[in-house]
Formats: sequence, C-alpha cells, structure tokens
Amino acid sequence: MAKITLTVNGAPHAREVEDRTLLVDLLRDHLGLTGTHVGCDTSQCGCCTVHLNGRAVKSCTMLAAQAEGADIVTIEGLAKGETLHPVQQAFTDCHALQCGFCTPGMIMATAAFLKDNPNPTDEEIYRGLEGNICRCTGYINIVKAVKQAAQTMK
Amino acid sequence: MFQFNYVKAKSLADAAALLKANPEAKLMSGGMTLLPTLKQGLAQPSHLVDIGALPELTGIEVKGDTLVIGAATRHCDVASSPVVKKALPALAYLAHQIGDPQVRNRGTIGGSVANNDPAADYPSALLALNATVVTNRREIAADNFFQGMFATALEEGEIVVRIVFPLPKRAAYEKFPHPASGYAMAGVFIADTAAGVRVAVTGAGPGVFRWNDAEAALAQGLKAGVLDALHVDATDLNEDFHASREYRANLVQVMGKRALQKLLA
Repeated sequence: MAKITLTVNGAPHAREVEDRTLLVDLLRDHLGLTGTHVGCDTSQCGCCTVHLNGRAVKSCTMLAAQAEGADIVTIEGLAKGETLHPVQQAFTDCHALQCGFCTPGMIMATAAFLKDNPNPTDEEIYRGLEGNICRCTGYINIVKAVKQAAQTMK
Repeated sequence: MFQFNYVKAKSLADAAALLKANPEAKLMSGGMTLLPTLKQGLAQPSHLVDIGALPELTGIEVKGDTLVIGAATRHCDVASSPVVKKALPALAYLAHQIGDPQVRNRGTIGGSVANNDPAADYPSALLALNATVVTNRREIAADNFFQGMFATALEEGEIVVRIVFPLPKRAAYEKFPHPASGYAMAGVFIADTAAGVRVAVTGAGPGVFRWNDAEAALAQGLKAGVLDALHVDATDLNEDFHASREYRANLVQVMGKRALQKLLA
C-alpha cells in the first residue's frame, strides 16, 4: 500500500492506495473526480490528460505514487465558479465536441499547449494535440476552438 | 496490473542496493514504456524502483566535444534545451518527435535506451553518433550496447546514468511515425562524424541497425541523390499489422533520402 498526499485543483488530499493504483484511478475512484476519462488501454487516446505540476500528462500511464507531493489540475479545476475557462468556453462556442468523451482530455491538452504556444498556426495545433484522439468531430471545430481560445487568452 | 511494491530510490546507491536485494525488481524512470508493458500483463516485477527524480541522473551539458545528457532527462527537456539545439539540433528534433506532448513530458532518454524498443527513436541517434552509455559500473559504446529486440548489454542490476554523444559535423533524423502511437515505423539517423558517415535505422527491424549500403554510398560522397538507387532488403525487417516488411523497406529508403536532404540543407 502507498500513502499518497497531493494537491488536486488547489485542495490537499491524502489517500492510502495499492501501489499499482494508476493516477487516473486515484482521481476517479478515490477522489470522485470522474471528468478525467479512461479511453484506451494503450496510452494513445489522451482522454485521461491532466496537468501535473503545470505539464500535461496521461494519468492512465502514471502511478498515483509517482504523483506524491504533486500539484494536479483536472478538468473540474478549470472553471472559476460559474465562469468557464476560456478553453472550455471556446469548445462550447465552436461546437468542438459531440459525444464529449475525449473533451476533458482535449481541453486539458489544449490549455497546456497554449501556455507554451500562445499564438499557434493550424500546423502547430495539429502537432500540439497529437496526444489526443477524437472519434466524433474530425477535429475541424477543435482546431477552431483552440484558435478562439488563443485569441481570448491574449 | 499485477501487484508490485513501489519504492522511490533515495540515491543511485540505494537503487542499486534495492535491485540487488530484489532480483525481480524493475527500474522506472518516466514509465512511458514500463507502465503500458505492465498494463498489458507482459511483465510481472516484484518491485518498481523509481529513479526518475535522482539528481545523479539529471543534466544536459556540453563537455569538450561531447554532449552529455543525464538518464532521467525528459524528452521535452532535450527537445527544448538551448544547449542541445545549438550543439546537436538533430537530437533536439528527434526528441521532439517522440510519442506526443504528454508522453514527452514524462518519458526519459535513459528509459528509452535501456528498454531498446525496436521502434524507439533514441537508439538510432546513439548508434549513428556512436554515443557512450555510462552506467553505474562501466562505459559501453553504442556499437556494443544494442543487442536486438528489447535486449541490451546491461547486466543484472546495472543502471544507466548518462549518455555521452560525440558531437558530429552534421546530423539529421527523419522518421515515419505510426499515426496513433507515434512510434517509428522507420526512422533514419545520419551522422557525419569524425570517423565517417554513419547511418542508423530504427523501427523497421527487430532492433536498431546500421545501414551498411547507405554508409558505403555516402562514403563515396556526401551529396544529394546518393541514396536514390539503394534498395533495402526486406527479408529481415518487421512484419506486423501496421506494415508489411516490403512497405517498411520502402519507408527506410524514403526516410533515408529525407534525412540526407535535411543534412545537406
């Protein structure tokens, strides 16, 4: 068993979990934060993307134990009360989701991407979101949303 | 995943001791290869010894005519390092092509090299540049390090500490990535080194290999078009549901030509 203490969306948490517990399982099953999704078994789809110490990571490919002492932000941590984060707002405005399953991961990846790339070209967006797969949208509106968010966040 | 014990190593010596005490233990650095392996049930270690935060394994610096990178250095840091971009830009480019942004935020060079996945990118750079793998016991030349699919010269309990890259006159890397995983279906690294031109191919065979015909051709003259007439023998290349061996042979040739173009640009 591992005793993990970490900060999630600004709040401190401590849990005792099996060593083999994945970070995504800690977030979903132990902390009830089910906005982060498990979409594949192969670390490819990106539905599980969260921020760890400011960097986008695939929480299905990390042990909770590796996040000891870390600062985690999940999709639940983006909005400020009733006000959506600019990336969330852009995804809504641009109809950048259909079933919504990939969307939390896509938004978390986008938010991290825009931090280092505040004024991206389409090509840079395609490359920047390579770790996230969407089955529904064909990505066109996702790219539009990323560009709108970049504008809003200037 | 099967149960295991997770231990965070306090030092390199501590990690070595843990490995000695637990023969079924495995090292973990970024975990981007190890955890997917465990999730597929392909390994059942008793312990995971986490060395990802050890200070002995960090650092990127130019030392004389070499570039030295600590084993626990993450791909994103190699890709964005001004030191690497200046001294060995082909390596920064290679690191930037690995996987995807989330994977690059965690995966490390030591892990990639020690695992020697036949489709990993770094082995081609080490082999083309004849880098040295420095472990906690000795130094191993790349020519002797990579021994086939997931096989390296590392002994039981041996830990990769850093990689020393001799700086080439020029180098370039080009790969054809699998669209979902980003793994190399064929990746070619060409290095114009002090000892001549070396060409290493990853992704296409059971392990990284030197493309002898390309090296012979380029030894005649490092110029455009030299690789155009070369055919890659498909016989020993990988065949799976991503690509036939003939397709991989073609990819090797195309990536080789692109890498050469980049090198000469």
